Amino acid sequence: MKRRMWIWQLVLLAAIFGLWQLLTQPGLVPPVFWDNPDRAAFFFGEPVKIFRVIWDWFTDGTIYRHLWITLLETVLAFGIGAALGLAMGLWLGLSPAASALFDPYITAANAMPRVVLAPIFMVWFGLGIWSKVALGVTLVFFIVFFNVYQGVKEVSPVVLNNTVMLGANRRQLLRHVYLPSATSWVFSSLHVSVGMAFVGAVVGEYLGSANGVGYLIQQAEGAFDINTVFAGILVLTAFALVLDFAVARAEKKLLVWRPSQSETEPL
Amino acid sequence: MNAVEFDRITCTFAGAGGSYTAVKEVSLSVAQGEFVSVVGPTGCGKSTLLNVTAGLLRPSSGTVRIFGEPLSGINRKAGYMFQAEALMPWRSALENVTAGLEFRGVDRAEAKRRGEEWLARVGLAGFGDRYPHQMSGGMRKRASLAQMLILDPPILLMDEPFSALDVQTRQLMENELLELWSADRKSVIFITHDLEEAISLSDRVVVLSAGPGTHPIGEFPIDLPRPRDVAEIRLTPRFIELHDRIWHSMKEEVLKGYAQTKNRVSA
Repeated sequence: MKRRMWIWQLVLLAAIFGLWQLLTQPGLVPPVFWDNPDRAAFFFGEPVKIFRVIWDWFTDGTIYRHLWITLLETVLAFGIGAALGLAMGLWLGLSPAASALFDPYITAANAMPRVVLAPIFMVWFGLGIWSKVALGVTLVFFIVFFNVYQGVKEVSPVVLNNTVMLGANRRQLLRHVYLPSATSWVFSSLHVSVGMAFVGAVVGEYLGSANGVGYLIQQAEGAFDINTVFAGILVLTAFALVLDFAVARAEKKLLVWRPSQSETEPL
Repeated sequence: MNAVEFDRITCTFAGAGGSYTAVKEVSLSVAQGEFVSVVGPTGCGKSTLLNVTAGLLRPSSGTVRIFGEPLSGINRKAGYMFQAEALMPWRSALENVTAGLEFRGVDRAEAKRRGEEWLARVGLAGFGDRYPHQMSGGMRKRASLAQMLILDPPILLMDEPFSALDVQTRQLMENELLELWSADRKSVIFITHDLEEAISLSDRVVVLSAGPGTHPIGEFPIDLPRPRDVAEIRLTPRFIELHDRIWHSMKEEVLKGYAQTKNRVSA
């Protein structure tokens, strides 16, 4: 059944691209909606040409540099954002006074649409990768921060008391109870936060850069080259899928101690 | 000299609906090497007394003496076994058992050796690399027991440690506890609501009144011979006689406690 489903999913994909090609190829469908036969292709692109663009990118190797830049920005944004979120989440989670002081600011900063910061980051960090990393960081930070904060608040008081009775001092409590507990919350939000880092990188590139897949899309759009725009979108989608797969693998490796539904034994 | 001595302990908690006195003017002592069970109706503040002994809770008035010394801060001479799950879920069984040694800075290899030894002693040999969620409720309790006993505390505080287990596992664990205890006769305060469990394990049973303002209303020395088998000793005439006597003194309080709980729920 599962195998068959896999085949049907491929069939559906082929059907979508087939229909797309049929409806957009100039001269194939009688011009009922548009008077110009090339108009459909102009707006929606043609899958055959889209795949030709992708093929060229990968065969002449121009895409690799852009992919690498986008990946680098994503990884840096995630790493820095997660580290800051973890540190801040631990601090505010453990210090009620600091938490009370910062609460309205955190809420306000989280409510603000972070994308509007992109132009500011361009001014601060230039058109290189760091303005994109900064944008990604602002997106990742809040996801990780809220998760860690919640994680610290929800550490089991029994586990905490037990660890105290076993002789842990304050530093050991932080290292052996709060940190592992918080890290598990970071990992549970891994898919969302890596996705956000990716969004930050691509949006940043789109708004102004000289490298990256977002830059390719922005360039093609400027030239009304809709096929290249779609090619960029497809490459980004595939890239995001690979990234998500990698995250799932990492998650499985790092959270062995976490019960999965099927493994848990009833008391 | 007594291992634990309560001198008119009172614990009052400030709550939303005014203050609540959980235990009132409790004076109680536990001799060195004595196994004392504390029974009482549900919600009567048994755990409060244990937390005071552990140093996790400061009494509102009164003093606790541990081997003659007034207790301040965490009681370093006591091991605590909680009713709820207290193992660190991110540590394997072995790492959980050796946690206390690690906090004390014991050499890693030495800690591992002693950890393996204790795992074997509680019947978990070969299960050291399992995470808590991969163990059954009984195995987790064994790991908790080893985690506490590896530190060799002269006082053991046990808060209904086996209440979550099924009857068979529970009797098995009770026998094993008695065997481990008889090896070096630590002082034990064992909290339970199960009178049979209390009698079959202890040298002395203390009966508490219903809350609020819980205080001891009776003390019964248990003169059953040791070593005991908890399943068999329940059938002896002396056991039944003791059970009868203690139950009579408890009955009224249990009904009182039950009525209060019922009122609280229906109110």
